[in-house]
This record gives sequence, C-alpha cells and structure tokens, in this order.
Amino acid sequence: MLFLKLIFKNVFRAKLRSSLTLLGLIIAVFAFGLLQTAVDASSAGAKAASSSRMVTRNAISLVFPMPAYYRERIKAVPGVKGVTTAQWFQGIYIEPKNFFPQFGVDHETYFELYPEFLIPADQLLAFKKDRQGIAVGRKLADEFGWKLGDTIPLAGTIFPGNWQFHLRAIFDGKEESTITRQAFFHWEYINEWLKVKAPRRADQIGVFVVEVDDPARTADIAKAIDAEFKSSLAETLTETEKSFQLGFIAQMESIVLLIRVVSFVVIFIIMAVVANTMAMTARERLAEYATLKALGFSPGFVGMLVLGESMMLALLGGGMGILLTFPLAQGFAKSPAGNFFASFKVSPETVWMQVACAVIVGLAAALVPGIRSARIRIVDGLRHIG
Amino acid sequence: MKIPFSYIFRNLWTRKLTTLLTAGGMALVVFVFAAVLMLNAGLRETMVGTGRIDNAVFIRKGAETEIQSGVTRDQAALIESLPQIARGEDGRPLASKESLVLISLTKKGQDKGSNIVARGLSPIGFALRPQVKIAQGRFFRPGSSEIIVGKSIAEEFSDVAVGQTLHFAKRDWVIVGVFDGGKSAFDSEVWGDADQLMQAFRRVVYSSVIARLNNVNEFEATAKSVDDDIRIALQSKQEQLFYEDQSRALSNFITWLGIFLSVIFSLGAMIGAAITMYSSVAMRTAEIGTLRALGFRRASVLAAFLGESLLLGLVGGIGGLAVASFLQAFTISTMNFQSFSQLAFGFVLTPGIVIETILFSLFMGFVGGFLPAVKASRMKIVDSLRAA
Repeated sequence: MLFLKLIFKNVFRAKLRSSLTLLGLIIAVFAFGLLQTAVDASSAGAKAASSSRMVTRNAISLVFPMPAYYRERIKAVPGVKGVTTAQWFQGIYIEPKNFFPQFGVDHETYFELYPEFLIPADQLLAFKKDRQGIAVGRKLADEFGWKLGDTIPLAGTIFPGNWQFHLRAIFDGKEESTITRQAFFHWEYINEWLKVKAPRRADQIGVFVVEVDDPARTADIAKAIDAEFKSSLAETLTETEKSFQLGFIAQMESIVLLIRVVSFVVIFIIMAVVANTMAMTARERLAEYATLKALGFSPGFVGMLVLGESMMLALLGGGMGILLTFPLAQGFAKSPAGNFFASFKVSPETVWMQVACAVIVGLAAALVPGIRSARIRIVDGLRHIG
Repeated sequence: MKIPFSYIFRNLWTRKLTTLLTAGGMALVVFVFAAVLMLNAGLRETMVGTGRIDNAVFIRKGAETEIQSGVTRDQAALIESLPQIARGEDGRPLASKESLVLISLTKKGQDKGSNIVARGLSPIGFALRPQVKIAQGRFFRPGSSEIIVGKSIAEEFSDVAVGQTLHFAKRDWVIVGVFDGGKSAFDSEVWGDADQLMQAFRRVVYSSVIARLNNVNEFEATAKSVDDDIRIALQSKQEQLFYEDQSRALSNFITWLGIFLSVIFSLGAMIGAAITMYSSVAMRTAEIGTLRALGFRRASVLAAFLGESLLLGLVGGIGGLAVASFLQAFTISTMNFQSFSQLAFGFVLTPGIVIETILFSLFMGFVGGFLPAVKASRMKIVDSLRAA
C-alpha cells in the first residue's frame, strides 16, 4: 500500500510535466485507436460476407459482363440453392463527391439471398412492383434525408443518361456489420433501354450471386460452376463472397499497410516522450533514490519505484485515451470524411491493442532510468545534484 | 548583449539522452509529415507526366474514365477530321483510336488478382506519348497477338517478363517488350494492338481517341467544335487535366490522411519538446540567475532558450528528412478508386517539401519552447540565485 502511495505521490510531484506527458499519451492512444479502426473499416465488406454465398464473375476482370443465360446453367449445378444477379452502376447523384455504391439487381430474387437486409413486407412489394423502384439502406437515406416516394436522379457514367428512380423501400441491417450505405434497383429498367439503344450490351450480367445449400462444399461447387463455362467466350471465376471482397482489399493493400505502419509510429513517438519524462524524473531524484538505498531499501525496490511510476503514467494516459476513442470515432463516422467508410466502429481487438501499447510504452520508458537508478552507488547518488 | 551560440549548443550536448529522445520523437513526426507530402508529390508527378497539354482526350459524354467510355468508329472518324488536329509527315491525322479493358494479373507475393489497364493502340498512339520508351525487347508488331508491358507491371507482378505469355480472352499474348513510361501512369499498363484486342474481346467500339493538337492554344476551339457537332456527342479534355482529375480522389485521400496525422503527431512532439525545455529551465534556475546577474537581458535569456528549442526542432527536422529521403527508392502500387485499376507511383522529394518540412520542424520547436523560454526570462535574479 505504502509503495502505491509513494508512486502516486511521485507521479504528480512535477504537475506540469506529468500532465503534459499524460496529454501526449492520451492523444497517441486515441490516434492509434482511430487509425486501427480505419484499417478495420476497410475490410467491412469482407466482415459482412456470408459463408453460404459465392460470387461468379467474368474471369478476365470485373468490368467484363457475362451473358444472362448463364444464370440457368449455374442454377442447374448440383448444390446451388439460389442465383441472383447484380450489376455495378456507378451513377452520380448530383455531384461526384456524393458517391455511394449502387447496383442494378434482379428485383425478384435479390433480397431473398440477402436476409441481412431487413425490409418491411409492404415496402418490398412496392419495390418489386415499380420498374423504376429503388431500395436504399438506412444510413444512405439518413445521409441525404430521403423519404419513401422521393425521386432520386442518377447520372449514368457506364450507362449514359439521366436515370430517375422512385424510392420504394428503406432497409435496415440485421447485424451491426451489415452495410446499409448502398442502393439497389431493377436491372431490368436499364436493360430495357439497352435493348433498344445498345443491343450488344443488353442481356449481360455483371456478377451472379450464388447461394449454396452446404457452406462446407463451396470449393467444389465453385469448381463445378467454372467448369461449366470453361473455354467459352466468357470464362467465369467463382469464389466465396468473403474472398471476393478480400480481393478488393488486396488491391489497396499498400495504402492499408501504410496506415497500419503509421499507427505504430505514433506509439513510438509517445514512447520517446514518456521515456524522456522518466529519464528526467529519475535524474532529478538520484539523490533521493540513493537515500532510500542508504536506509536499507533494495536496488529492486528502487527499480520498481521507477517502473511503477512509468506504468501509472502509461495506464492513466492510455485509459483516458481509450475512453476518448469512442466518442471521437462516432464523431468521425458522422463527418463527411466518415462517409468514405461503410462502417466505422471501434472493435474490442482495437481496445486490447491500445491497452497493450500503453503497457509496452510504460515498460519501455522505465527500462533505462529504472536500471540506472537501481544501480546507483549510494555515495555518487548523494553527491549528485539534479 | 547576446548569449553565445556555443552555450545553447552545449546545453543540448550535455543532456544527450534527453536531447536524443526529444529530437528523435520530432524526427519521427517530420518523417511521417514528409512521407505524406512526398507521396502526394509522387502521385502528382505521375499524373502530370502522363498527360501532355497539347494532347486532347475524347470520351463519351457522362463518362469519367476511358474504361467507362465508348466511342464508335463514326465518332472517331469525325474527330480525326477536325481541323485543329495535327497531321503527321504523311498527312495522316495524329490521332490514336484506343480501346481499354481491365485484365486481372497477380502481384508477386499475393494470391488475388489486381485490375490492370490493357490498352489497345496503334503506332500513332506510341508517337503521341514521347515520354514512353522501350526499355527492353521491342515494340509489338501491329496486327499480331504481341503485347508490351509497363515497367511497374514487369517489376511488381509475377510471371510477367519478355518471352512469357499472358492468357486472356481465349488467346495467348506474347510479351515482346517492357516499356519505361518515364514515371507516368502508363508504367502500370499493358499495351497491345487495338484491333487485335478488340477482336479478342468482341468489342465494336473504341474507348477513347487521343489526338495531338496543332497548337496548345487551340484546345478551346477544339472543344467548341466537338460540342457544336451533334453527330460527335463526345466530350473533350486536355490530356494532362484528364489524368489529374482521375487521381483527384486518391490525392485528396492522401492529403487528408496527411493533415490528420501531422496535426495529431505534431501535438505529441510539441508536448515532448515542452517537457524537455521546462525541465531544462527548472534545472538551470541558478544558472539563469547568474546570467542575468552578469548583465544579460531578459530578451537574451528568452532568445537563448528559444534558440535551444529551435535547434532541437532543426535537429529533429533534418534527421526525419534524411530518413524520409530514402523513401525515394520505393514505389507504391495501389488501386486508384476512380479508374478502378492499379496505379504505381513513388515518393518524390521536391525543394518545396524540404523547405516546408524544415519550417514545420522549426514551428514545432518554437511552440514547444516558447512558454518555457518565457518562464526563464521572467525569473527574478535574487530568487533564482537563491534557488541553488
């Protein structure tokens, strides 16, 4: 008890220095937390993926479509429970900076394969009935203040023209990881236009989403599907939804890696600051530590005193930093920059990593000063003037 | 009277560990600050170097990138006949009708594919881009299934080298050369014969037309003729601007990341500097009293301590910049969200970045050292002498 009390008193002896160090620690720990959360957020799509769904795309690359009749042949592959279609649209809502993912889907079946999108039955019906109907996620609807019945104009980039959609359904996410910042509309609406204006581009599908009856057999079923279209004009590549999403992250790997590295650099910076504080503190108190040793306290006790002070600083700062991470992450998620991420939530792993960082900083900072103080010769220490 | 510089320097020298830790913290901040600026400069250099101001790009109205665009043969012919388009020595228009597709190649050390631009073009397209040189092997023979690959592709992707083949669109494409795009975005592309690529991919329309203008100043006139002719129904852009626009989102992302990191990190470093300087002042109370008793003015004491802190910042700044300069050896290849394909770019250290970085480190030193220096200069002679 006495030991703890001594440490506590020591920590706040130099008030200004300790508070500045604490402030630095708080900033570093929450910055680390935010950066880690940003890294997590980049893989939100993979987290939301279901293990019983697979994605079939053109083997050349995603920008190449496949003939619509592939659907029936995929459906006939043993083990396939359901098939639906999606096409990336990339329309512009008023301005390019309002970007959000939009897909032209098979309106009859799409939501059957995605039970994590919760749509009221009447809205789903209204969506299915209206050729120009569009269903948007809650986050997106809130962001632009859309209400049921609103008309949403999208300027096509891949499919030229100004397209008008009627908002018929707003869906919520079943899980927290479900991405509700996206929109789905009838692919048939665009396809009908293509049939007239650009017949070569009509009846083509971007990706097929395949539901399997047994998630353990995805690898075999994927092989069977791809074999079906081997050496045809549009060869396919089928992979699990998770692997499909991870493919995107892999393409941005270097940026994600950069953020990850930088998040550790901030911890190094604060390590230097705390180590400096401890070095100065120990130097000032050498005479004191020598006195303690003269009174009969062991070198270990003196070393522990330095370590304890360093740990207390690190844990106090780290704790406050962690507490601050949550409101700041929430604030960031609501800001315009936060819209870049589908979801921005602090995960328990991030918090544990923050704790680990604080502990490591506390230990590392105490290392040199602690050993030096423990080893000081009593005579030298007593002679020492700060 | 001024306090000599050697006094300032020796103060830092005496407390080596503390000086090292503080300057080290600052150096890390400066390193990150400089790295982000260098990355942005590298991206800019790449995109600016890709386009020329006397070239114009024609793509479909509403499309933002060549991949999204489609240009029919009729439209392309109308563009070629525009009076502003330059003619070659043989009298043919210097316009390249190009076809772009994205193919998937695998990076070394990864098992997932990355999107790569495969550009179909003719020898004219090569002539329109003088920055592109063949580095190894030769140019593809027009009308054959031969391709050449950019330098970054050859370096970063597995199984891509002269003599090897890539298989896509039911054909084997022989790699006959590697080209150096002069640090442009072309380094991240695969080039082949336009007609062959279009046949293989069953395409009937081009993606874009790139044309050399007679004169840089004629772009406005060109844009007007294109807009006025309803048969063309395309949009025109200056090539350089076209590529700059294509990296805007990525550039903004890097800039914002840089601002966020610099602000947060520099707070940490300034706190570190303040702690060091405060303790430096506290430990030297008697010394300050002596200096004042010797006749040095308050302003001189203030200047000495501020100088110490600025020197600390400068050491950190130079250290960080020195480490950051090694980054120039690296290139980063990442997905450009706008073009949906890989783009390789490097870290580039410009004189502007050196100046900005040094100013930034001096600023950190100044802010961190200002309050402690004021505290030192305000001490009363008698009190401080007594403190010893």
